Amino acid sequence: MARYVLNRLAQAAMLLVIVSAIGFALLHLAPGGPLSQFAASAQMTQEDLDRVSKQLGLDRPLPIQYLDWFVRMLRGDWGKSYRDGEAVLSVISSHLGATLELMVTATIIAVLLGCWIGISGALRRYSLFDSLATVGAMIALSIPTFWFGLVTIYVFSVTLGWLPAGNRETVGDGSFLDLLHHLIAPAMVLGLVETAMWGRFMRSSMLEVINQDYIRTARAKGMPEWRILTVHALRNALLPMITVAGLQFPTLLGGALVAETVFTWPGMGRLFLDSIGYRDYPVVMGILMFSAIMVLIGSLIADILYAVVDPRIRVG
Amino acid sequence: MADSTGKFGVGGLHHLGIPNRRQFFQLGAGAAAGWTLSGTAFAQTERPSTPPDKPRGQVIAALSQEPTVFHPLMPGIEVDQGIWWQVFSPLWFIDPDGKFVPDLAREVPTVENGGLSADGLTWKIKLRSDVKWHDGTAFTADDVKFSLDLINNPDFRVRNRVGHSLVKDITVVAPDEIHWRMEAPYSPYMSILSLTFIVPKHILEKVSDPNSSPFHNAPVGTGPFRWGERVPGDHIQVNAYAGYHGKGPYVERVVFKYIPSLTVLYTQFRTGQVDYTGLQGILPNFVQEAKTLKASKIFVSSTSSVEHIAPNLEFGPFADHAVREALYLAINKQAIIDALNYGLPTQTESFVPQEAWSFQQGLPQHKYDPAKANALLDAAGWARGSGGVREKGGVKLEFTNSTTSGNAVREQTQQLLIQDWHAIGASMRVNNMPAAVIWGDFWQQSKFNSVIVGVNFMLGSDPDVTPRFGSGAIPAKGGRGYNTYQYQSAEADRLLADGARQFDLEQRKKTYGDLQKLIRNDLAILPLFQGFIAEGVKEGLQGFRPNINTSTNCWNIREWYWA
Repeated sequence: MARYVLNRLAQAAMLLVIVSAIGFALLHLAPGGPLSQFAASAQMTQEDLDRVSKQLGLDRPLPIQYLDWFVRMLRGDWGKSYRDGEAVLSVISSHLGATLELMVTATIIAVLLGCWIGISGALRRYSLFDSLATVGAMIALSIPTFWFGLVTIYVFSVTLGWLPAGNRETVGDGSFLDLLHHLIAPAMVLGLVETAMWGRFMRSSMLEVINQDYIRTARAKGMPEWRILTVHALRNALLPMITVAGLQFPTLLGGALVAETVFTWPGMGRLFLDSIGYRDYPVVMGILMFSAIMVLIGSLIADILYAVVDPRIRVG
Repeated sequence: MADSTGKFGVGGLHHLGIPNRRQFFQLGAGAAAGWTLSGTAFAQTERPSTPPDKPRGQVIAALSQEPTVFHPLMPGIEVDQGIWWQVFSPLWFIDPDGKFVPDLAREVPTVENGGLSADGLTWKIKLRSDVKWHDGTAFTADDVKFSLDLINNPDFRVRNRVGHSLVKDITVVAPDEIHWRMEAPYSPYMSILSLTFIVPKHILEKVSDPNSSPFHNAPVGTGPFRWGERVPGDHIQVNAYAGYHGKGPYVERVVFKYIPSLTVLYTQFRTGQVDYTGLQGILPNFVQEAKTLKASKIFVSSTSSVEHIAPNLEFGPFADHAVREALYLAINKQAIIDALNYGLPTQTESFVPQEAWSFQQGLPQHKYDPAKANALLDAAGWARGSGGVREKGGVKLEFTNSTTSGNAVREQTQQLLIQDWHAIGASMRVNNMPAAVIWGDFWQQSKFNSVIVGVNFMLGSDPDVTPRFGSGAIPAKGGRGYNTYQYQSAEADRLLADGARQFDLEQRKKTYGDLQKLIRNDLAILPLFQGFIAEGVKEGLQGFRPNINTSTNCWNIREWYWA
């Protein structure tokens, strides 16, 4: 098991180097730069821009910039934001809480609701409920998050006035209820797609399990249906969901990016978008590396858990 | 804030008479920055009635860009200035009527009060002695000297040194008086100083790297509000400073809320979550609806920005004046203003805002005349070739037009232009790019054919446009400036040199008037309209005053209060 984990860790490290090199190259080769925002203003001439560029070390050859960044990153110095001079890790951590809040809530909604819909659909295959759940999932997966967010704002904020049109909290309030009030709409929007995905995966997984011989055997032995479902079927059906959970991070982050923009949620997704717009290289690279690490950790944990519950994986 | 307006209140030329050379810095350099407001732009402006005795309540000001630069001398954008105005103070500022108003200075220096020498080379500034930094330290002339020295420190990542680099021999005569010498007379410096915020010596002299210190993210100033907190990506809060030396502040705190989407920003204003819609304000398509909203007021005011088509004058067809004139005649400008901008902006023929004292009246007015445009091109030898596109000497009248992708109004403008210009045998293709791309080398190094852009041509609020139209200001030719049009004219250079040396307001007005005529006749730019901004203010919030002399109408939040 230790060898298996070490092997996976080595692969992960290699992947991180590749991701960083490709990310750095793509980001820097894209036209424009961190000073472009000032170029259109009447305040700075080309000479000023060149001077500031040199002061920031942006005039050096790209490989030198990359090596410098990489070495410093290994030492724990992820650089400073070009926009506000804050340390990248500090910038990321200041946005992380908001994103986690959103992602965790959306995931809880998705797991509970999705699993219930998936299991119910599988047990009542081709019933009206199952058909409605299938159509609903297809619609949810097809709706652009951005559009759904705007509709949610229009219906629940503008028309009904039930929910705030955005933000994480009311300035000066910040109570738990206030936070919850603000969280409902974005979590609902982000959770919708996730619920649909969990529902579809759960339904497939459950269907596969309940058609297995051991379930039929259990029934033949006269075991109560609830016991067959909870003890035998559900436990085995949940196994593949470990992988689903492990790989959900990038999807969630992508969804969060949109939801955070629509609902002015001060999270990582919006930070990423802003930082790309400003060509804030250190922050973009920081978020890229952080996300890559998170995805790899998620994947690693899923693999390890799978190997723990199914020893054949380790052998294979 | 000081009550007095100094001795050169430049409310309008009719107040001034014709100043002589001695009066230049009373009027010239001062009025160089001043505007004579038409009044119509501010027809909706409220007049503050009675502010409260003590700061009361809060204002949530929504901004579509996030302020991130809090050191007021470093490279920043307009939205950052919104914070600087709250936390810091300049020596003097320009009010909406174009008057210089002393702030940290006790009086605005003039020749008459002895603050300026007649040749404009010696400046003697008297400072207030009752000003304290937010940490309680007294503000002195040393802070002013430190700020000017810092700007000229080669290691400091300063925004620019225009004007400041001419300042020599700074002498602190007393804690409340500072003198310096100018290497050469430079009239726009008065205006530049009105937008230069003074930073604290006692804090910044101790930092090892002037580009990075705790001050950069928790600034200490002398302004009406002291730094509160920043939640990155969300909001910045500043709190009323009880020891402020001027009027106000009248609200306990101001929260600058960052809402990147203008649609969402407007929605939050509509649902009452924000009290004021800041930079970029309300999108034109929402303005009519916004005016019907209860419990809010909408202010539509002019900005210094001039929306125009920027031709690259070194690019084939555009080098021909006849082509530029024909293209200009063929633009249905009114359709762009009415159909795409909801009739909100006003036509202009100049790079100078119409409210400025230096604005030249009577410039040739644009007329939509495709027939004349066709005739002009025929006469100039641009014959229609294959596909109806004209050509001359093997050069086709085809070009690209670029602007910031995602700017819906400009993208729609491009569609109208394609149609308008197709009618006269000119072929235009769209080549849009994200902001971070287009305003980089593509714009700076004149790699474009033509661009739709809004530019504030003024230097501060002075009409000296040497960096924009001077022959030595073409970056693509190694020049220092942002003459990306690659406009070169010996006559323009002469006028620009004269204008920066002149000390008489009427002379200056004539010089810059001649320059406007020249630029208009040469069609160095194809002006579309003068910029505008629509801002929403919640009912009951008093004191909002648009100020075309500043980059943001958040300039006077210290005067805002809840009725």
